[in-house]
Amino acid sequence: MSVQIEPILGRYARIDIDGTPHRIYWEEAGQGIPLVCLHTAGSDGRQYRAVLNDPEITRHFRVMVFDMPRHGKSSPAPGTVDAPYRLTSDAYVTQIMAFCKAMDLDRPVAMGCSIGGRIVLHLAERHPERFRALIGLQSSAHVPRYYDTSWLDRPDVHGGRICGAMAYGLMAPQSPDSEKDETRWHYMQGGPGVFKGDLWFYQIDGDMRGALGGIDPTRVPIHLLTGEYDYSCTPEDSAELAAILGVNMTVMPEMGHFPMSENPLKFLDFLRPVLARIRDETA
Amino acid sequence: MFQDLTRAAAPGSSLAAMAPGLDWHLMLESGDDSFAVPIRDGAVITVTQGPFVMPSWQTRIVAEPVIWAEFLAPLPRPGRHDVMALLRHGVMRFDGDLHPLMANLLYVKRLFEALRGAE
Repeated sequence: MSVQIEPILGRYARIDIDGTPHRIYWEEAGQGIPLVCLHTAGSDGRQYRAVLNDPEITRHFRVMVFDMPRHGKSSPAPGTVDAPYRLTSDAYVTQIMAFCKAMDLDRPVAMGCSIGGRIVLHLAERHPERFRALIGLQSSAHVPRYYDTSWLDRPDVHGGRICGAMAYGLMAPQSPDSEKDETRWHYMQGGPGVFKGDLWFYQIDGDMRGALGGIDPTRVPIHLLTGEYDYSCTPEDSAELAAILGVNMTVMPEMGHFPMSENPLKFLDFLRPVLARIRDETA
Repeated sequence: MFQDLTRAAAPGSSLAAMAPGLDWHLMLESGDDSFAVPIRDGAVITVTQGPFVMPSWQTRIVAEPVIWAEFLAPLPRPGRHDVMALLRHGVMRFDGDLHPLMANLLYVKRLFEALRGAE
């Protein structure tokens, strides 16, 4: 058989999140230290396809990527499809902790991008003992509201088209067109109002500016990586966060807001040393 | 500086095909210079430089010449590579009816990309 089959396995799990039953889709590959990857607002776990496919990583890490409810192949909770959607910090933390508990993960590493890069700060504040390390991609304590997000969900504008166009601009000009197309396609497939609802967390509810004092990086190591072309979470935003926390931050040249998806092979060059360091620190 | 739009988004072009049915009175402003850009069925019909007496437009996109130059560079630097990046950094302004712009956002981005390196 000549067909190339990727080593990624995708399955569904019935998981109670805050007492509500959910059917959650996740993908995984590899063995070893659990590495839970968190996708960006309005997208899904396909963003981490290169991490899941990298034998150098999966030799030592059990990479696990779940689609948040309403995203990718994880449906909304029964009876809530028409309900107004606004992601909150509490709900997001609860989803992640429920997934880790359901999968019986022992002190996983959590890596998130954008909203995922923000929520790892909440995890550091609330549950530092439950994680081996945290990796924030495009991570900042706050982003300003620089456009009216109501444009993302209104009947006279195609939600898929505008969400895809928003994602398009957040990527670096140097990233390969094929990977940029893949990345914006995920956005074009998002459910109505989901991107906008996620941004409620990113721009409003998840603001961490007043809570960074509650994070102790000696309790859980924090690693920050930020693409230089990101204008949503700029390198300056991440540098400010790193300075307050007293942790290192690496700027990734010629990459934007979706490093693991817009230029995945280049991103792996930055991720592998971080994961090797985590292995060394926790050996 | 925007004249090449009539070639890039000519009737029948792939760019025009991205916005079927779009009829739009777009005005671009670079400092004191104004450019009227009427669009019919996604195609840029003309680019006319002002000044205009009693100009009329649906949507106006405004930036200083240095910003337009940075934005339309063949390889723009970070923060200058996208209209939303310029908005975020407070160096571009959208005025008027924003529906044609937001409903056709990728088309608009492709329009400007077509000008990159054309100077």
